[in-house]
Amino acid sequence: MPSNRSVSDAPITQFINCRILRDHRLQREDLWVREGRILDPEKLFFDEQGYADKRVDCEGSIIAPGFIDVQINGGFGIDFSQASDDVSAGVSFVAKKILEHGVTSFCPTLVTSPPAVYHKVLPQVKVHGGGPHGAGVLGENRCVRPPPEDELQSFPELVLTRSSICGPFGAGGWSGSQSVVRELCQRSITCHSVANLSQAEDAVQTGASFITHLFNAMLPFHHRDPGIVGLLTSDQVPAGRTVYYGMIADGIHTNPAALRIAHRAHPSGLVLVTDAIAAMGLPPGRHTLGQQVIEIQGLHAYVAGTKTLSGSIATMDMCVRHFKQASGCSVEEALEAASLHPAQLLGLGHRKGNLDYGSDADLVLLDDALDVKATYISGEEVWRKGP
Amino acid sequence: MTGSGSCDKTDVSQHLTAQLKNRVFSERAGTMRLVILDDYDLASEWAAKYIRNRIIQFKPSADRYFSLGLPTGSTPYGCYQKLIEYYRNGDISFKYVKTFNMDEYVGLPRAHPESYHSYMWNNFFKHIDIKPANAHILDGNAEDLEAECQAFEQKIAEAGGIELFVGGIGPDGHIAFNEPGSSLVSRTRVKTLAKDTIVANARFFGNDLSKVPTMALTVGVGTVMDAKEVMILITGAHKAFALYKAIEEGVNHMWTVSAFQQHPRTIFVCDEDATLELRVKTVKYFKGLMHVHNKLVDPVLSIKDQ
Repeated sequence: MPSNRSVSDAPITQFINCRILRDHRLQREDLWVREGRILDPEKLFFDEQGYADKRVDCEGSIIAPGFIDVQINGGFGIDFSQASDDVSAGVSFVAKKILEHGVTSFCPTLVTSPPAVYHKVLPQVKVHGGGPHGAGVLGENRCVRPPPEDELQSFPELVLTRSSICGPFGAGGWSGSQSVVRELCQRSITCHSVANLSQAEDAVQTGASFITHLFNAMLPFHHRDPGIVGLLTSDQVPAGRTVYYGMIADGIHTNPAALRIAHRAHPSGLVLVTDAIAAMGLPPGRHTLGQQVIEIQGLHAYVAGTKTLSGSIATMDMCVRHFKQASGCSVEEALEAASLHPAQLLGLGHRKGNLDYGSDADLVLLDDALDVKATYISGEEVWRKGP
Repeated sequence: MTGSGSCDKTDVSQHLTAQLKNRVFSERAGTMRLVILDDYDLASEWAAKYIRNRIIQFKPSADRYFSLGLPTGSTPYGCYQKLIEYYRNGDISFKYVKTFNMDEYVGLPRAHPESYHSYMWNNFFKHIDIKPANAHILDGNAEDLEAECQAFEQKIAEAGGIELFVGGIGPDGHIAFNEPGSSLVSRTRVKTLAKDTIVANARFFGNDLSKVPTMALTVGVGTVMDAKEVMILITGAHKAFALYKAIEEGVNHMWTVSAFQQHPRTIFVCDEDATLELRVKTVKYFKGLMHVHNKLVDPVLSIKDQ
């Protein structure tokens, strides 16, 4: 049927035969899109007397909001922390490839590096929307060693408002840096590998809201000092605030039992991240990446010739599947951990990470096994699985 | 019988069949049918089949739309479900159907889950192929409510009148929001709701009486009487007394559905429970006519055969 609308001439697409994730449940509803955003079909019907120009038959697929990866260090041989002259080409390459994993937005992540690297790399990373060229860049995510107070002003200007702070972990590692923390918190979201729970609670009260890869690179949980892990159930978190925590759910970096403990303690804060290294997406075997030689065996990436893990190489959709299987959570919870929660963490919940009317139409179509069948950005198909 | 052989019997049965046909389709003679089905699902299905056959027999087209009056509420829900099923199976299309809903609350936001716009969208329109411009529902948030009512009557007239008006009955015998005491020759207008109705509706507003709308726009009894045919759906024991008042007592403005005793073509579709307050004699008589009534829905037609 030709469309008929008084508000806009833009074509309207109706996704039919699908189950959509809305209001925290999978519902059998059609999804309507116009001008890159989710459209309210009831308003269209009564106010505009309009209807769809085009119907897409989803053949029973699940439609979830596109995945958002807030922590990804590279992939397909590209390392975002390499101080090269053409960082944006590398970012674009990865942005295009991760569409296959259902990722529609991401934060290219820089590992802890000397300031010179930040000065060179960061200006080349631009925030931009996604499309057929690749997933959107929401901002960069960087791990920094907090500078001494007197260097704070000359600290590389935060290009965007996302930042992670990985500090030295150990008792007393944070003395005197409370004001630094406060300053950085005011400019960004931050995470800390601080020593004990009360320091962590302080940081949250100052503005920190994200724990980078829970359990990894922090003191282990102790029943008299739970450390950062205690933030998951802390009663010192200000009202209305949520502490989010990243989990690498590849089955290797976190024991499934630990994953379950975290999930059950604080399900609404769980953010799935890949924390992927440059080796992600490369075929099994040996690869030379920068100074390192990496050996890929299945889902493991070792420093060649050793059994030392060099980083995670699971893709985002693998993480979603593994998280669901290991935690026993519902399909909705698994999908929200990769879409809704990262969007909320980044303060973008009003337009990303959900399928509410008015939100960006970044979608991932999945089958019941949560394998990605197609990816859409702003209502446009940007990737489809081949036959 | 003193017939002399098989020839006579064939003539007689052919003659009878022809007469039956005439009985079923005798429009000018005036018909009041009470169709009684065993339960809610069967009543819903019978009603849906009847609507389906009426639309298909009418052969609607771009030059000649089928105008259908529609109700809301729990009673017609099953009927809508069946009609959606028939559409999904490709047996019926609403492309050339115009719909006119009976009523809508005043002052309730259109997007409110309890508005009749929401009901019709979620339970019917979003599942079928009706053109948005052909789905007419009174606007309870119009600037000038009286003008809105008059415009609605105008739209019905422009559509050539309503071919089939489907309605329900309230526990107090009202049709649409024509509460007890309404004029039996009324037209579309603003009505203040009776206490009974507000209490009955409270369950949709969290049982908070203060949240239930107190006024509504409604088609009048006269508006529905103008339709070529009226079909009233009545199911459940809580409607039984109203049905008794509507068809076994006189025409009375305190039980406004009784007005249809004077309509040339009326069908009341009910389940067993709704007949609980009727005389055994009435129920037996109409049940005995089911073989005649069923000819209206058997065979059930399909656009696939056209």
